[in-house]
Amino acid sequence: MEEIKKTCLHDRHVALGALMSPFAGYDMPIQYKGIVEEHNAVRNDCGVFDVSHMGEIGVRGPEAERFVNAIFTNDVTGAPVGQCFYGMMLHPEGGVVDDLLVYKRSDDSFLLVINAANIDKDEKWVLANARNFDVEIDLLSENYGELAVQGPAAEKVVEEVLGIRCADLAFYTFKETELDGEPLIISRTGYTGEDGFEIYSSHDMTVKLWDKLMASGRCEPCGLGCRDTLRFEVGLPLYGDELADDITPVEAGLTMFVKTDKPELIGREAIIRQKEEGAKRKIVGLELTDRAIPRHGYEVLNENDQVVGHVTTGYHSISSDKSVAMAMVDVPYNKRDTQLKVRIRRKTFPCTVVPKKFYKKSYKQ
Amino acid sequence: MIYYSKTHEYINMINDTEGYVGISAFAAKQLGNVVYVDLPEADDEFEQGEDFGAIESVKAASDLYAPVDLEVIEVNEALADDPRLINADPMKNFIMKVEVKDASQLEELMDEAAYADFCAKEH
Repeated sequence: MEEIKKTCLHDRHVALGALMSPFAGYDMPIQYKGIVEEHNAVRNDCGVFDVSHMGEIGVRGPEAERFVNAIFTNDVTGAPVGQCFYGMMLHPEGGVVDDLLVYKRSDDSFLLVINAANIDKDEKWVLANARNFDVEIDLLSENYGELAVQGPAAEKVVEEVLGIRCADLAFYTFKETELDGEPLIISRTGYTGEDGFEIYSSHDMTVKLWDKLMASGRCEPCGLGCRDTLRFEVGLPLYGDELADDITPVEAGLTMFVKTDKPELIGREAIIRQKEEGAKRKIVGLELTDRAIPRHGYEVLNENDQVVGHVTTGYHSISSDKSVAMAMVDVPYNKRDTQLKVRIRRKTFPCTVVPKKFYKKSYKQ
Repeated sequence: MIYYSKTHEYINMINDTEGYVGISAFAAKQLGNVVYVDLPEADDEFEQGEDFGAIESVKAASDLYAPVDLEVIEVNEALADDPRLINADPMKNFIMKVEVKDASQLEELMDEAAYADFCAKEH
């Protein structure tokens, strides 16, 4: 058993009385006051998450752009410095190694931001595939702390409390700036469906920023519990639930982030083939009439009680007060309005296939 | 007399054979916002340790286990309409009224003081 890791803010979480739990090898805060209060703070005002467990990999060198394009499904060709991209890294068979953000720092330097649970796997995968490219790979996960400041008031809070100018940032852009002589990266990105920012800096600076936010009283500390309910409500996938080594972007409904018209992309042929043939299963939304809650792994049944899929994430949605889920179901049971059932412990509950957006995103464009 | 199980159910005995079963205040606090209670039905019988239902907070489902062999006399239907009652007062808002089949099993459970000690160690 590996020793559990702590982020630079671990002491702060414990002092706030957070409920702590292991996540991706880190002892992370699940909630402080409560998931519902924290969820609503992000939807209506402002919340801050410690996401220092996320991983970072640097790609530098003359062939940095070509390499990123070969391992990353979105197309970074000729993008302006300061652009962020969402996309995935794929196995040759089309399954997802990880989903990630890519930051273009200069024409020959990119930063990959990866899931904590996949850091070891991703590092090995990136290093193995970099051999035939003129690039340097920097493993930076231990260097950065990361905060996500999210919610409609995030811009004001970041500008007024942290003194970082960010109103000029468009959605999915970032800049590199300094605070007290120390470098930091700030992007207009997030994982909540609300406007917000993610800030990468040294461990010391991350603690300093956190303390300022707490002292201001204008920003609710938020744990991973509401991070999951928030991302789920707006249909954002979580690696391990809606994405996995054996789930493709076509099955997950993420083909808009896969640019197959690039000359080089690992997994390209598999995705083109699957798009032509059609996926055999798809991620859909489900809505129940009962209050019972479908959880990850529960079986989805057709009218003849045959298993036709499983739940990937399910909650009693905080914003809509309905029991809803995302589920991987066999085609053709993915069609809108199909009547299915979910097995929840000893009983089955009727449900309907619905769009997997249970709450409307409100990004600032 | 109130008895507690290691899985955080209580049984609050009102006479020699009947009592109310629910979850402890400690468990309710740990769970956080309760959003659903999967209730058993009257006349259901459960053996000690058998799961008789579940309680769902926002983040997870937790099974409920019978503290002793029992038969359900009635369930607290109010929880179906408002599961948050559990957070408000888990002792007043019991899950079910039961008939205890084997009173000797109560001696295997913890009293208030022993349970407080148990929770302090677990946390």
